[in-house]
Amino acid sequence: MFDNFPLWPVRASAGAGNTDALFIFLLALSAFMCLAIFTMILVFATKYRRQRGVEAEQIEGSTELEITWSIIPLGIFMVIFAWGAVIYFHERTPPKGASEVYVVAKQWMWKLQHQEGAREINELHVPVGRDVKLIMTSQDVIHSFYVPAFRIKQDVLPGRYTTAWFRATRPGVYHLFCSQYCGTMHSGMIGQVVVMDPPQYEAWLSGGGTSGSLAASGESLFQQLGCVTCHRSDAQGRGPNLVGLFGKPVHLEDGRTLIADENYIRQCILSPSTNIPSGFKPIMPVFGGLVSEEQLTALVAYIKSLSPAASGAAGGPSLAPAGTRSQNPKE
Amino acid sequence: MSDSPIAVEQHGPEHLHHFADAEQQRDAASLGMWLFLATEIMFFGGMFLAYLVYRYWYYNEFAAGSRSLDISLGTINTAVLICSSLTVALGVRAAQMGNRKLLVILLLLTIVFGFAFLGIKGVEWYQKFEEHHIPGRSFNAGDLIKEYPQIHIDPQHEQIYFSLYFAMTGLHALHMIIGVGIFVFLTYHAWKGRYTPKYYTPIEIGGLYWHFVDIVWIYLFPLLYLIDRKPLR
Amino acid sequence: MATVAVSAEREHYLNKEYGIRSWLLTTDHKRIALLYLVSITFFFFIGGFFALLIRLELLTPAGDLVQADTYNKLFSMHGQVMIFFFLIPSIPAVLGNFLVPLMIGAKDLAFPRINLLSWYLLVIAGVIYIHCIATGGVDTGWTFYTPFSTAFSNTRVIEAGIAIFIVGFSSILTGLNFVVTIHRMRAPGMTWSRLPLFIWAHYATSIIQLLGTPVLAITLLLVVFERAFNLGIFDPTRGGDPLLFQHLFWFYSHPAVYIMILPAMAVESEVVACFTRKRIFGYNFVAMSSIAIAVFGFLVWAHHMFVAGISLYSALIFSILSYLVAVPSAIKVFNWTATMYKGSISFTTPMLYALGFIGLFTMGGLTGLFLSALGIDVHVHDTYFVIAHFHYIMVGGAVMGYLGGLHFWWPKISGRMYPEAWGRLAALLVFAGFNLTFFPQFILGYMGMPRRYWQYPPEFQVLNVLSTAGSTILAVGYVLPMVYFLWSMRYGKIASDNPWGAAGLEWKTSSPPPTFNFDETPEVTWEAYNYEEIPAPAEVPVER
Repeated sequence: MFDNFPLWPVRASAGAGNTDALFIFLLALSAFMCLAIFTMILVFATKYRRQRGVEAEQIEGSTELEITWSIIPLGIFMVIFAWGAVIYFHERTPPKGASEVYVVAKQWMWKLQHQEGAREINELHVPVGRDVKLIMTSQDVIHSFYVPAFRIKQDVLPGRYTTAWFRATRPGVYHLFCSQYCGTMHSGMIGQVVVMDPPQYEAWLSGGGTSGSLAASGESLFQQLGCVTCHRSDAQGRGPNLVGLFGKPVHLEDGRTLIADENYIRQCILSPSTNIPSGFKPIMPVFGGLVSEEQLTALVAYIKSLSPAASGAAGGPSLAPAGTRSQNPKE
Repeated sequence: MSDSPIAVEQHGPEHLHHFADAEQQRDAASLGMWLFLATEIMFFGGMFLAYLVYRYWYYNEFAAGSRSLDISLGTINTAVLICSSLTVALGVRAAQMGNRKLLVILLLLTIVFGFAFLGIKGVEWYQKFEEHHIPGRSFNAGDLIKEYPQIHIDPQHEQIYFSLYFAMTGLHALHMIIGVGIFVFLTYHAWKGRYTPKYYTPIEIGGLYWHFVDIVWIYLFPLLYLIDRKPLR
Repeated sequence: MATVAVSAEREHYLNKEYGIRSWLLTTDHKRIALLYLVSITFFFFIGGFFALLIRLELLTPAGDLVQADTYNKLFSMHGQVMIFFFLIPSIPAVLGNFLVPLMIGAKDLAFPRINLLSWYLLVIAGVIYIHCIATGGVDTGWTFYTPFSTAFSNTRVIEAGIAIFIVGFSSILTGLNFVVTIHRMRAPGMTWSRLPLFIWAHYATSIIQLLGTPVLAITLLLVVFERAFNLGIFDPTRGGDPLLFQHLFWFYSHPAVYIMILPAMAVESEVVACFTRKRIFGYNFVAMSSIAIAVFGFLVWAHHMFVAGISLYSALIFSILSYLVAVPSAIKVFNWTATMYKGSISFTTPMLYALGFIGLFTMGGLTGLFLSALGIDVHVHDTYFVIAHFHYIMVGGAVMGYLGGLHFWWPKISGRMYPEAWGRLAALLVFAGFNLTFFPQFILGYMGMPRRYWQYPPEFQVLNVLSTAGSTILAVGYVLPMVYFLWSMRYGKIASDNPWGAAGLEWKTSSPPPTFNFDETPEVTWEAYNYEEIPAPAEVPVER
């Protein structure tokens, strides 16, 4: 029981140090405040303990003191807020060019799929130094993807994609926890992130578990399900041309303009009537209920591959560039 | 009266013993009912928020669902409730004037209007049942999809409109039933002569409650029935 | 109650009438307070029992004491029972009910029968909840997140939801009663600026109860409807949004934590003033802080959702607002500490609880600063860091405030003194046991141990063992007062009207008070906390 008694989590990502820095600052600030207040209480308790013949002095208050000890803490709080906000902004803005891993959470396991096609269950292999963006959804209830060593966490929701990103900096094996209560085996929905040196990672990648890249399986689905009949790559199709679509704004028939990101593509496949591009008729069949989450991610990956420099181009389905309405109403 | 000892005086209902005087009691009752209505606003507010969000996202489904409601019955019900608020207001006046018979008649009329509202609501709900618009296993929006080919209806999202329809009108109806119960109580005591120009607070605060339930309906009616009643192209 | 042997000649609220009907049909706010005391103590021990089982399971990394499903029910019901059936009622329904009319010079609350109804609602809800526990319990967490609670849990969600819905109305009606009473029934001369800070804090609490609880009510009702009638409001497969539930839920549940802490702050002000024999430093600021906490408390709910999938901009707004709400709490801590300056301090049991409160509330509040920082929250959200934070405030803060208040007003309530030495021992045990239980959890949280985990990786074991050890000490500290309070009702020293020499109208009437509180309606011509006019009495220990 005693041979493994760490008190601080290991730092294994580029961002972990930032989080720790703010935490240590807050620790120091808290220790100082506690020391100050406890010392004052101790001193007052001793010096002003009840003694015969000594009366308490009735003091109404001091407005100057009140203002001082309101403004100074407020100032410090604003510093903490800003510092925390900067870290958070960085955490929620995946860099361009990050390689992508699709994650499907279900009770009670993690299913991960690399862009190159490798599939994993409850394990994620990544190379040191590479930006990795996770695009995640749940098949059932809300889960949460948490890697303490990377200091990242993001809830994984049914019905939409959420994203997180990291850059691992230290080879090793790190805990992956589900941190949103999800039922019986919530505490068993754990796995590991295996960070490898790039050569070992390449070796692992080519070792198997690959069945063609994600985009390639998306392409064969695209044919199988008949999408190609309407979504032709010339202008003759009954559906919009999907080449070059990903990441671009789409003008819809009802006047809205949305960015064609992962959530948008997903919506169109599951419930086409919500987003009809202008100039097109509402004739696309509904695929909600006909495709699994894994198939959806493959289709999305394929459509992305039809755009040049597609991956990472949109920076994730969270922020819309200025001038457009929120591309996903579920924000 | 502030230094009078707390003797065992006989007070009527207009001056309960723990209050300093009748005026304090009246003020307390009035403030209490207004605060209670504020809590009711927060209570219904949660559902109005859900409605707001989903209407914004699923406008087409909300519009189609709204059109499927019977607007004549809804309008009649609105008129019924407004009339009932009139009888309530006149009832308070009758109590102020000490007119017991008129008060009882007006209270009874209010109850009749309340039952009329509930009856019509029951008819509407039954219509929804027949049209398979009750959310759940037997839900079927096929009729709406056929009827409105020019707008795009997702049958799953349509269920959300009707879920909110039943939740909101159901909760409102529950408040109406409670209101009718309160007014039965008030009618009985009015008939027994309990309310006089000196003491008619229960009529007043019961009236406040009834007016509130009426106002909730006045919001529900346009939000649920009148989303998009433009003539179809 | 026939066995209570107080000075038998004088009539007071306890001996005015005997028999079970006189208690179950009472409209006397003081008797209702005692009815509440019995009920919530019962629920405290049920919730505490669940906590004990949780801590025992967590002694080892493996799940070896109970099954996973059972563990999930244990932490869910621990939270629901402690929050809804113990903490939320505790100080307002026991001490508030007893003291609000006394402190303002009134004969009772504005609506005594509604007061009794509030208690019955708690009892009915409690019976339903006990039935829920007995027939399988609920495993949704106290937070009932959808779609797990609406479409996946196989437990008694509807029953638990209905029970909490009903007890919510108990809370709403208590708040309503207090607001009307404080507005309309103050004795002549009792202006707003002469009110004890206890009243200000309870007023703020009541506003939150009134405006916030109905939102919880409708949210739980919608969850119940969805389960019972297969509605689709929160169902993602039908276009429902799980985040909508979270917004609605937290809109109440964040202000709810202020319902739990403000009354403890109320007690703190009264106890600190009495045992420093001084007016609270900065009375106006402390009073206004209570109102500010209530107002700002309604504006920060989504700080529970920073990683839930809300937009970046929402997160920024809620983070900055969360820092604003920390300021009034800090102001109060500074003012209580400043009150000790040039005071005349005695270390009675209530004062020990009050000093412990300042320490633990400060620590809990400071860790709130950590959680409001977006970058930190990403790492520690849903870990033991959060559990430690809220237990520091709710147990280290609210429960210690409750116990301190019980001890302080026990002579007034029962006419008896509790045994002081045992009181101090229990206070120290609670303080020590509490810290040992919950401080290690801060470390566990930053290390990454998620909450609601039945089993955990072995490197977390040492800290968990420390925590469980602390909880056994804490348990002893909680049982002791139960024993000696009961003992004191028969064997305790008979209390005078004002054994502490405290300021406040409640101390100007007898211990226990007569049924109608005062022999004559008081007329107030003095400011609150007029300690310069009140001599210190014999009961308060003199240190030299």
